[in-house]
Amino acid sequence: MVATDPTTQRTEANQHTQPEVLTGAQIVCRAIEAEGVSTVFGYPGGAVIPLYDAIPEANLHHVLTRFEQWSGMAAIGYARATGKVGCCIATSGPGATNLVTALADAMLDSVPIVAITGQVIEPLIGRDGFQEVDITGITLPVTKHNYIVHDVNEIASTIKEAFYLARSGRPGPVLVDIPKNIFQAKTEYIPAKLTPRKSYQPTTIPNMRQVRLAADAIAQAKRPLIMAGHGVILSNAEDEFTEFVEKTGIPTIFTLLGLGAMDELHPLAIGMMGMHGHRRANRALDECDLLINFGARFDDRATGKLSGFAPNAKVIHVDIDPAEIGKNVQTAVPVVGDVKEVLKLLTPEVQAGDHTSWRNWIEGQHNRVLRAALEDRPDWPEPYAIIKEIADVTNHDAIVTTDVGQHQMWAAQHLGVKHGKRWITSGGLGTMGFGLPSAIGAKMGRPDLEVWTIVGDGGFQMSGTELATSVQEGLDINIAIINNGYLGMVRQWQDLFHARNYSEVAISGPDFVKLAEAYGATGIRVTTDAEIRPAIEKARSIKGPVLIDFVVEPEANVYPMVAPGAANSQMIEGNGE
Amino acid sequence: MESQHTLVLLVEDHPGVLNRVVSLMRRRSFNIDSITVGHSEQPNVSRMTIQLRGEAEDIEQAGKQLYKLLEVIKVIDLQPSEAMIRELVLVKVAAKGAIRAEVVQTASIYGARVLDATPNSVMIEMAGTEEEIESFLTMMRVYGIREMVRSGKVALPRTLSKKTDSQTRHMNPLAAD
Ligand SMILES: Cc1ncc(C[n+]2csc(CCOP(=O)(O)OP(=O)(O)O)c2C)c(N)n1
Ligand SMILES: [Mg+2]
Repeated sequence: MVATDPTTQRTEANQHTQPEVLTGAQIVCRAIEAEGVSTVFGYPGGAVIPLYDAIPEANLHHVLTRFEQWSGMAAIGYARATGKVGCCIATSGPGATNLVTALADAMLDSVPIVAITGQVIEPLIGRDGFQEVDITGITLPVTKHNYIVHDVNEIASTIKEAFYLARSGRPGPVLVDIPKNIFQAKTEYIPAKLTPRKSYQPTTIPNMRQVRLAADAIAQAKRPLIMAGHGVILSNAEDEFTEFVEKTGIPTIFTLLGLGAMDELHPLAIGMMGMHGHRRANRALDECDLLINFGARFDDRATGKLSGFAPNAKVIHVDIDPAEIGKNVQTAVPVVGDVKEVLKLLTPEVQAGDHTSWRNWIEGQHNRVLRAALEDRPDWPEPYAIIKEIADVTNHDAIVTTDVGQHQMWAAQHLGVKHGKRWITSGGLGTMGFGLPSAIGAKMGRPDLEVWTIVGDGGFQMSGTELATSVQEGLDINIAIINNGYLGMVRQWQDLFHARNYSEVAISGPDFVKLAEAYGATGIRVTTDAEIRPAIEKARSIKGPVLIDFVVEPEANVYPMVAPGAANSQMIEGNGE
Repeated sequence: MESQHTLVLLVEDHPGVLNRVVSLMRRRSFNIDSITVGHSEQPNVSRMTIQLRGEAEDIEQAGKQLYKLLEVIKVIDLQPSEAMIRELVLVKVAAKGAIRAEVVQTASIYGARVLDATPNSVMIEMAGTEEEIESFLTMMRVYGIREMVRSGKVALPRTLSKKTDSQTRHMNPLAAD
């Protein structure tokens, strides 16, 4: 894409001339461009053919994924890597329903995306015509808001508001459904301005009284602990957050989506909390007398059994969404606001504390690393070693996306995430298949950064078709398959909680190296420890997508693990150390 | 402790708003007893009255979740002592011959109105509080209720909304601070 902004030129031109008469489809493109979006992910079909008519002449780079769900996930990857709004397009009926999982993923992880769907022509709506589904009805619970546009004159303002809703307040997915005849209708295009709504005024600036109460509680605490959630990253507050942590000297733990809120290698960063969290982080939760939550929603995978969660702690909860406060965990000091705005006011109110003995106590709670290799195969590539090598070779600077399963947890435990927008994983929904398409979105959004995706052999078989998209777009994406021949995470639960009844978890797959080659990508296979690093280095040196098939021990488990329904203090630690 | 609450919502008058509200209440497992919707004093703003049961925290959470709907402008948790909460009921009662006069007489005690009559029945309209309506219906059951419809509750605070007593909680999300 050329760097000049075509929209400003056009706007200037418009000031001197009559408004242009455009089709609804052309207006959609203009309205998207006006939001500063240059990349859209999508898939055509009958109801959106008029929109696709307008795309070639628009200043939009359209990425054709091989499945609409992956358009949605690519939009999510794009949004999470850039902090901008991701945008995806699908046709009516099956195209639209294929987006549902991506919308749900974005809803649960508060990711700003806008989905444009085609709808059958208005006279056919409600008559079960070909490829009609009530997508606004279907997506009601999985969108922040959705619209159906019935007037070509309302397209520009609706898209304007959709993008605004997606990115403001607590971000989330917004869907705009447009009937085919509205795409085809013509009108004068006047760029829309945002009209504020009485009913939508997110609180970004916190109440100062609450900020002071928080500061008082922090001053009084003996064993304070900070927990960082996705909100820190969504509010672009990584720097302010790090400054706050450094000023107070308070040890800090992370939720799965909060990893990267500050450099995990920082001495005050203790590690991830929750079901597969670091032992230290969960132990600290048990002992702390004050827990300061920035932008996390106390998800059950992070808290474990609520009655055993941070049992000795008073809770400060900073969140932009008032409905999160008190939803799961009793809160002593609620602070409603955007994390960045809260930190601007809170940091000057707090003093440096001396938490040496508390920090020493935490340091003493060793993290244990499980050796996964079997006695008789000491040269198996260890999953965690693969993760560590990727982190090391890339100097922790690459964007890493993951799929869902054991490999995801190994990655979360061992990557050492340095930057907020370089760790992209499906947390709330835990959507298998997320890895590769989100990497595509991330690479489109940040072509300047190295992009890796760490996936399982199961999840990769859900979205591996996106190799074609990666090749078509010529994307430098490195794919690390942690190939254990199992739906490993499910197998682990069966192992630990269902008497090793390995029901339907052994999963075969194609020869991944040949598969990569068939798509025109590069494939590398790794079967021993010693090959890990050379393979990673080789992948980085090759243009275009590279897939590394890491064949690992089939039955390695992720530890520590908090059993579902148990308290975080009850970690199963495996035979580690 | 579970108790009955009356939430009054001011919502933008758009198609689909009722659907959004009901869908939200269902998926978050809030127990709705009744819901009514109609025009308010403001153009393009509807007023909804929702009766629901739950613990104080559930009701608070319901209010906060409702606020997240784009079209919801205001949510008020009306305290019964501060509000008029009324309902309308239409009943068709079996009433032949001599009984008819008795039915009409009983209805008048409740301030109910006879709307229509057939040789075998009368239709009566009654508006009032839940207790008044229940009491009226107990009497009507004696004669035999053939058909009945209840409107669901509608409610307004007694005072002008600016001067609302502290007991009537505007479930403003900012109130969390
Ligand atoms: C779409 C979807 N279906 C099912 C699941 C349930 N699930 C969670 S992890 C997992 C196994 C994943 O296997 P694989 O991709 O090989 O990763 P591994 O756990 O072996 O690392 C399954 C089936 C899910 N999270 N998402
Ligand atoms: Mg696997």
